[in-house]
Amino acid sequence: MDSELIPEGVQRCSLGKFILWISACGLVLAIGVYAMILCWLKGLNQTNMNDAYGFALWIWADLAIIALGGGAFFTGFLRYIIGIKELKNIINYAVLIGFICYSSALLILAIDIGQPLRGWFIFWHANVHSMLTEVAFCLSCYFAVLTIEYIPLVLENRKIDKIPFFHNLGHNMHEVMAVFAATGAFLSFFHQGSLGGVAGVLFGRPFGFREGVLIWPWTFFLFTWSAAACGPCFTILITKITEVATGKKLVKDNVIELLAKIAGWMLLTYIIAKLIDTWYWAAHTAPAMGFTFSQFYTSDPGSWYGYWILFLEVVLGGIVPALILVTRFGRTNKLALWIAITLACVGVCTNRWVMVLQVLAIPVMTFDGWFTYFPSWQEIATTILPVAYGAILISLSYRYLPVFPQERELNPLPGQEAETVEEQIEEEQEEPVGKLSPAAETA
Amino acid sequence: MEKGHNNTTTKRYGMVIDLDKCTGCGSCMVACMQENNVPFKKDETDKIKSITWLRVYKLNNGKPYPDTEICYLPRPCQHCSGVGDHGHSPCVSVCPATATDYGMDTGIVSQIYTRCFGCRYCMAACPYHVRYFNWWDPVWPKGMEKSLSPNVSVRMRGVVEKCSFCFHRYQLAMDRAFFEGRKEIEEHEYQTACTQACPSKSITFGDLNNPKHAVYELKQSPNAFRLLERLHTNTKVYYVSSKEWVRMAGDNYLKDEHKEMARAKG
Amino acid sequence: MFPFSFEWIWDMSHMVFHGGLWYALSILGAGMTYCILKAAYDTSKGGEGHGNGEHH
Repeated sequence: MDSELIPEGVQRCSLGKFILWISACGLVLAIGVYAMILCWLKGLNQTNMNDAYGFALWIWADLAIIALGGGAFFTGFLRYIIGIKELKNIINYAVLIGFICYSSALLILAIDIGQPLRGWFIFWHANVHSMLTEVAFCLSCYFAVLTIEYIPLVLENRKIDKIPFFHNLGHNMHEVMAVFAATGAFLSFFHQGSLGGVAGVLFGRPFGFREGVLIWPWTFFLFTWSAAACGPCFTILITKITEVATGKKLVKDNVIELLAKIAGWMLLTYIIAKLIDTWYWAAHTAPAMGFTFSQFYTSDPGSWYGYWILFLEVVLGGIVPALILVTRFGRTNKLALWIAITLACVGVCTNRWVMVLQVLAIPVMTFDGWFTYFPSWQEIATTILPVAYGAILISLSYRYLPVFPQERELNPLPGQEAETVEEQIEEEQEEPVGKLSPAAETA
Repeated sequence: MEKGHNNTTTKRYGMVIDLDKCTGCGSCMVACMQENNVPFKKDETDKIKSITWLRVYKLNNGKPYPDTEICYLPRPCQHCSGVGDHGHSPCVSVCPATATDYGMDTGIVSQIYTRCFGCRYCMAACPYHVRYFNWWDPVWPKGMEKSLSPNVSVRMRGVVEKCSFCFHRYQLAMDRAFFEGRKEIEEHEYQTACTQACPSKSITFGDLNNPKHAVYELKQSPNAFRLLERLHTNTKVYYVSSKEWVRMAGDNYLKDEHKEMARAKG
Repeated sequence: MFPFSFEWIWDMSHMVFHGGLWYALSILGAGMTYCILKAAYDTSKGGEGHGNGEHH
């Protein structure tokens, strides 16, 4: 029924099956939307946040999904600024994942504020010294960039592409995409960093506070670095999950391996910097405030945080995946690659968790105790909402848009093998103009 | 005295609280809530969501009976002025919408309720937990709304609030002074509600920069300390205690430092 | 965000922050305006640009 909308030369499941899948995701989405409406109508008393835990699950979710969505800016940076051509085969998907992550982050921020109708104050009455202001501006601007990067893909839908204006618009946007991507990279370096600065500047919170350069604490640089390292890992992870779900190979191994290699080296260098930062903070910054390292990781009443979380973040989620990804075996072995990219994502999420929730859990005044918090169902439902929304948007994009330029080649329809080979030869001889890839246009 | 940025005399309003005199009666808390229209709920058992601009903490020396000692410590907003008194307090510097501000002429950290959009970054920044969020809309029992102070606006759900050192009293005093053709106010003309309510007179309030005000001398006591001085928050609430363990409780010390400090402060 | 907000100060922080912001916004705005106008022009000429679809 919707075959007219499906890209040519690829196979998709039946519409019935598709609707069933979307409905299942829609149910989860609906629960999230219900919780979101409850928060908007009844206020933040629907959450389990309290006066000690002003920041909680949502802020973690924001930080985590923006780190994971960092694949879009870093892959775009590598593709358009550094000029790594192979990445044109995954850039569309990286942009789509980034788009989902950033739109979700903005939505969660909109739920998280006590007076949602005053949300625009952050722009209008901006305090330029606040890290959150920088986050809000860069996040919104970069979301605009991602939308601009996603639009040409939408315009390549078979039906839409037939409309001359949209066809031309898509073409023109490809032409200047490098400018947009460069702007996006500029914005991303700042907002990823500012998110790190959110906890790093809190000189009243010894667990989060870091020294730094000028107005930027070390966490500013560490967050950008870790997002650049782990974002691509998340792009690969979602690509792999999509391949399992669709039962098809969608991106060639050499592309994945190249991105994994870059991510691996980024992760390895990041984790070295992280270890130095942790050591300096533990040996100098915290003791100067009267705290010992062991005070932050105790089994005191109310504390959920032991050394295990540091081990999970730095060793399991940092050193292990980095060492796997920098070796050829690690990148080519399917299981090793799966483990590495999953651990890298877990690592960066754990980092964001400790930089939000552990910061607030730790008592600073000597007569305070550890603070505990467990999210309410409304908080959990609204945090799962983006997952359902992401699954729906990915499913729709995959079904109706030419997201993966190599899909046709890797999955030829019966009787189309010959054509594919011909096309391949054509591509090699002429300019490398991909038939399906928007990114290929600027190659 | 320093000159402020707008050519007015710079004042630094602050408190000195004598913990030896504090009996923990809670009058200051009650007076504060009444004066500032602080809302409360039907069920206040969950203290972590209770709004207490001024909260009295109960400290103990951690020793078993019969050596147990306790101390009550009233904790209003500390009105931090940051390193060098530049107003770089933990909360003001992070507020994205300029909804909290440091008054360079008074040293008071203000909160603009109609500007705050409830991001709660300031709450995360404050190590003293002086900032409270309005999780619910304020509701007063029938008839009690008549006792609300007309000088202080009530706050709506979804914004942060905190102790203002009864700033409306400062405004009223300044208005009166202006009306009477004066530029400055006397010490007694501006006093916070908690200061006046304290039956044991343990709270003293005034301009820390003004040698004529009692706090000027009191803050220089060898027994005076401030909370978490090592974080460089540079607070304007001083505490005085003759007990060494109380003074030590004001800050975090490493084990070896603890001994040294004990020697120095003891 | 604008110099007419009362909290605006013409200091280095505001100039750097908002300079960067308006610079980025201008690039995005100008870029999209160019793309849309050029697409309208190309369409009015009856052409389909250089084409990236398969249906020329």
